[in-house]
Amino acid sequence: MLLDVAKIEAFYGASQALFGVDLSVAEGEAVALMGRNGMGKTTTIRAICNLNPPRAGRVKIGGVDIRGKRPHHVAKLGIGLVPEGRRCFPNLTVRENLVAAARPGTWTLERVNELFPRLEERHAQMARSLSGGEQQMLAIGRALMTNPRLLILDEATEGLAPVIRQDIWKAIRRLKAEGLSILVVDKTLSELLPVADRCVILENGKSAWSGKPADLTSELQDRYLGV
Amino acid sequence: MLSRENLVNLVLAATLLAVPLAANALGQPFYVTLATRIAILALAATGLNLALGLGGLVSFGHAAFFGIGGYAAGILATHGFSGDPLIFGLPGTNQMWVIWIVAVVVAGLVGLAIGAISLRTSGVYFIMITLAFAQMVYYFAVSWPAYGGEDGLSILVRNQFPGVMTMRPLSFFLICYVILLIGIGLFALIRASRFGSALQAARQNEVRVATVGIEPYRIRLTGFVISAMMTGLAGALFADLNRFVSPSMLSWHMSGELIVLIILGGTGRLFGPLAGAALYVAFEYALGGLTERWQFFLGLILLVVVLFARGGLLGLLAGKARHG
Repeated sequence: MLLDVAKIEAFYGASQALFGVDLSVAEGEAVALMGRNGMGKTTTIRAICNLNPPRAGRVKIGGVDIRGKRPHHVAKLGIGLVPEGRRCFPNLTVRENLVAAARPGTWTLERVNELFPRLEERHAQMARSLSGGEQQMLAIGRALMTNPRLLILDEATEGLAPVIRQDIWKAIRRLKAEGLSILVVDKTLSELLPVADRCVILENGKSAWSGKPADLTSELQDRYLGV
Repeated sequence: MLSRENLVNLVLAATLLAVPLAANALGQPFYVTLATRIAILALAATGLNLALGLGGLVSFGHAAFFGIGGYAAGILATHGFSGDPLIFGLPGTNQMWVIWIVAVVVAGLVGLAIGAISLRTSGVYFIMITLAFAQMVYYFAVSWPAYGGEDGLSILVRNQFPGVMTMRPLSFFLICYVILLIGIGLFALIRASRFGSALQAARQNEVRVATVGIEPYRIRLTGFVISAMMTGLAGALFADLNRFVSPSMLSWHMSGELIVLIILGGTGRLFGPLAGAALYVAFEYALGGLTERWQFFLGLILLVVVLFARGGLLGLLAGKARHG
């Protein structure tokens, strides 16, 4: 198992946010992490990256327990995070954003530029001057430049124009087809479910349901995801 | 086509070369010395610009490296002149290139020690702890009678460089000028490298850098050490320019001066330190001739720059800084 999360509990200060999340991603698998707002999706991702270390349970990446490892060590284990809110380095150029993250592997500047031609067109521009969609492409490109074993996308299409969303989903489908393991959080079920091999739903900081997208009935959707 | 910034840079570099050549032809060696001073201070500030401009590390202790370079030159030259062995039976030397290597290595090692501890802090604490380390080196030099203590150390004859008459002001200027250009070239290479991007990324957001697998501490420490080495080399040249080294090279005024040079010229800009050093030395000379209190007016100018021209001189001449 590439990512193995077992019964993790996490806190923000004194208040508990996760009460036992179980989650796994196999090599080459795409897993959708779902749930309403505030149920713990982003907190789970932060725990996996050890940005907010879990106080109980364990996280293993490629069999290695991340306990006590600093975030940059976790990243080197093969986690490529595309954080919520398109967080680039605003005062670096597009190219510098990508090059700063580079680690040896099959993903190079050329391949990222091929995946997102718009980034190549804007390579000398400051990241802060890009549109929201382009910043998102840059954030994904930056994560790919680290040559991750597992790509984590946290709300990668939120707040983007429909046309740009299509581009991003196209890229995600292509990455999946190439065999990259993906953990993806997104609210657009119509795009998310066809990509996912498996879904995990969180409710109140716990894993509440997991299974194949085909088994996610409309009753289940109403119960766990409806507003 | 040349960008506006490259054009400004080219003009700055050409002017710094043209002025002493003209002064020399007109028999005005004083201006050659002034230009040499600009080149050396610009080199020291280019070193600091790596840490401060790219890494966002406001080191208030770079005088330590500047002074260490100076003392490396002074001490080696003293032993070279007297023939007394330095340590472990090793002799001193009057060869500049040996002195430069020693200055760079010692400044780098001290930079490693100071950086390894200081970089565990950030913000105001980082400023204070680098200041504290520099003051330690300063008081050590003051209380070390073997090499002049408070009175400093004279270098009787300017050190030698193969094939160059270093005592001629213009020849020594050309040495400093070439080293400055190499230093600026190195800065440009570093800034364009993966390491330079990571150093700048760490300035902007530590957590985001960690999530792409880069340890901010190591990147910063490497940047800090390279920065210390370049400033140390400038210190060795400065000692040879004045043929004198004293604890004042190590004092916090010197650290402040280097920061001022960068702010005047443009933080993080390739030729910012040179622009700043030229402006600073010109003020020092022009205002210093009119009033003893020239630093008061320099303070006013600095205030204006910080309030109204945050990109410094290069920001004014070459447009808005990409830096932030």
